[in-house]
Amino acid sequence: MATLDTPRPAAAPLFAGLTFRTWGLLALVLLFVAAAVLPFSLTNFRLSQVTLVIIYSIALLGLNILTGFNGQISLGHGAFFAIGGYTTAILLTKVTGIPYWATVPIAGVISAGVGFLVGWPALRLEGLYLALATFALAVATPQILKYKAWDDWTGGVQGINLDKPGAPFGLPLNRDQWLFYFCFAWAVVAFVIGWNLLRGRTGRAMVAVRDHPIAAATMGVNTARYKTLTFGVSAMLTGVAGSLAALWTEFVSPDSFDVFLSIRFLIGIVIGGVGSIPGVVFGAFFIVIVPNWASDLSNWVQTLALPGFLSRILVLLSSPQVLFGMALIICVALLPGGFGGIIRWLLRVIERDAATPTRPPS
Amino acid sequence: MPACFAMPGTELLHQVLSGIANGGIYASVALALVMIYQATHHVNFAQGEMAMFSTYIALLLINLGLPYWVAFFLTLVFAFVFGLGIERLVVRWFNASPVLSVVAVFIGLLLIINGAAGAEFDYTIKPFPSPFPSNAWYGSPFMSSHEVGMISVTLIVLAAVFVFFRFTPLGLAMRAAAQNPASSRLVGVRVGWMLALGWGLAGLIGAVAGMMAAHVVYLEPNMMSGILLYGFAAALIGGIDNPWGAALGGPIVGVLENLAGACIGTELKLSVALVTIIGVLTVRPSGLFGRTLVTRV
Repeated sequence: MATLDTPRPAAAPLFAGLTFRTWGLLALVLLFVAAAVLPFSLTNFRLSQVTLVIIYSIALLGLNILTGFNGQISLGHGAFFAIGGYTTAILLTKVTGIPYWATVPIAGVISAGVGFLVGWPALRLEGLYLALATFALAVATPQILKYKAWDDWTGGVQGINLDKPGAPFGLPLNRDQWLFYFCFAWAVVAFVIGWNLLRGRTGRAMVAVRDHPIAAATMGVNTARYKTLTFGVSAMLTGVAGSLAALWTEFVSPDSFDVFLSIRFLIGIVIGGVGSIPGVVFGAFFIVIVPNWASDLSNWVQTLALPGFLSRILVLLSSPQVLFGMALIICVALLPGGFGGIIRWLLRVIERDAATPTRPPS
Repeated sequence: MPACFAMPGTELLHQVLSGIANGGIYASVALALVMIYQATHHVNFAQGEMAMFSTYIALLLINLGLPYWVAFFLTLVFAFVFGLGIERLVVRWFNASPVLSVVAVFIGLLLIINGAAGAEFDYTIKPFPSPFPSNAWYGSPFMSSHEVGMISVTLIVLAAVFVFFRFTPLGLAMRAAAQNPASSRLVGVRVGWMLALGWGLAGLIGAVAGMMAAHVVYLEPNMMSGILLYGFAAALIGGIDNPWGAALGGPIVGVLENLAGACIGTELKLSVALVTIIGVLTVRPSGLFGRTLVTRV
């Protein structure tokens, strides 16, 4: 599992004479420039895929704060994603006068409240048992959403249709382009919140509770408070992502929040790196891109005209679920730090090279 | 809501009996889960998918023209080898890993088996035959023959498991390996293979549950997700480290499910399992018969 990074001396040069801080700022500037030009250099389909990656990164950030930094395993974050999505859909279609952008924070607040409440019974469940209970939640979620009693609000099995918002102030952007900027802005907010939360006193307490709850309690950390707080924050971020996803798909329905959604989130944080903030972006990219690649792969396999048995095995191996499953197991076995682990390792190598003066070859 | 208070006695009896019959399936799944939990303290999230895949093999064999019971026992052989193979090839490498890694591996297995079944056998719902006659049991208004058959099969499985662990040297060695691996190794028990045998047996018991369940819920790649949830609930009610608890937890959960279905409607059946799981875990984590775990700090 990941541990807290040791603080770097701010002034020590990392690479090419520039400090870690400068490199970080450069990367940020690059990221913002890329985000500004991206909507005009991609096709609408590609752009909407990138938007989906951004949305999933927010959800994965939420899950990773809970599972990676606080050690509470959740296999049921699809439920909070659903709460966010349904909040936005219901507010936009059943309540008049609420603009779409205001539904996102409302969805976040409601999800945070539910997450905080779920966090209380979760206090009594450790490790495996919490995984079990949240797995049960994930399996039951579609059925709860379909229930007759709130049919009028949720639309039952049919779900709710809504419209993708258009750009405000007469900006010359199409809906996909505007949604990209909208989601990107929310992602910036989410990551700033997450980063600020984790780098200070709260983050240290969360990690302490994960690594050794008894020692943390002895040092005066209120473990119950931090665990429920983490659950609330985590649910809030995932709920915000769910709300954005509802705008993205223009539709919510019970069956899109099945157990495999929650499982995809787990895959995202394991591949991205448990306890790694930049890793979640890679994890999100992975869970968005694999299904696309899988169908390409299986189409390609079918064009090869291999002998029947071999072709059948290859088609089977290229089904997205099988690919996901294999990636998960291989990642746990060979790359426990996920993508975030690779980043950390690279940084360490660069730092070590910067610290040791170059020696002449002997 | 009034349906459950004003339920006539015969209707109540019917609900209870059919709950006990479904409980047989849940008890088998719970038993399979307990078997793996006892040995390694892992909860096998892929248990349901293993059973589902074995049931597809059974259908394949039946469609080849084999009689039901021949297909049944051949499927049990397959399920045993399947479970054993999964332990030897994948799970054994993660026995000492942190909880999250183990959960991730099991979820990975779940995805692989589910996806493979979907790709190979497609996602359409298929009927699955029952070996028992289709008429009501001796004209009884309360139970169908399949329900009586399910209960009998469960009891036979339980008895077989009991006899195996109580009266055979291999069963003794397996119990020893689960209870105290280090000492067992010293007296020559091959602990790794005992764990693998446990997985094989769990796969086999799960396959029985799958073949019994498939007649009721129909065969499709996701057919076990709800049943697995009830299996979890049954195992937890009984105490997840106690096989007798699992056997009793099954019928309890089955009856609970049916009564709740009559009261609040069948659409929320899975939530009954969810509430049971969370309720047991928060109020009495060791279940009715489980041992309370004491950890040394």
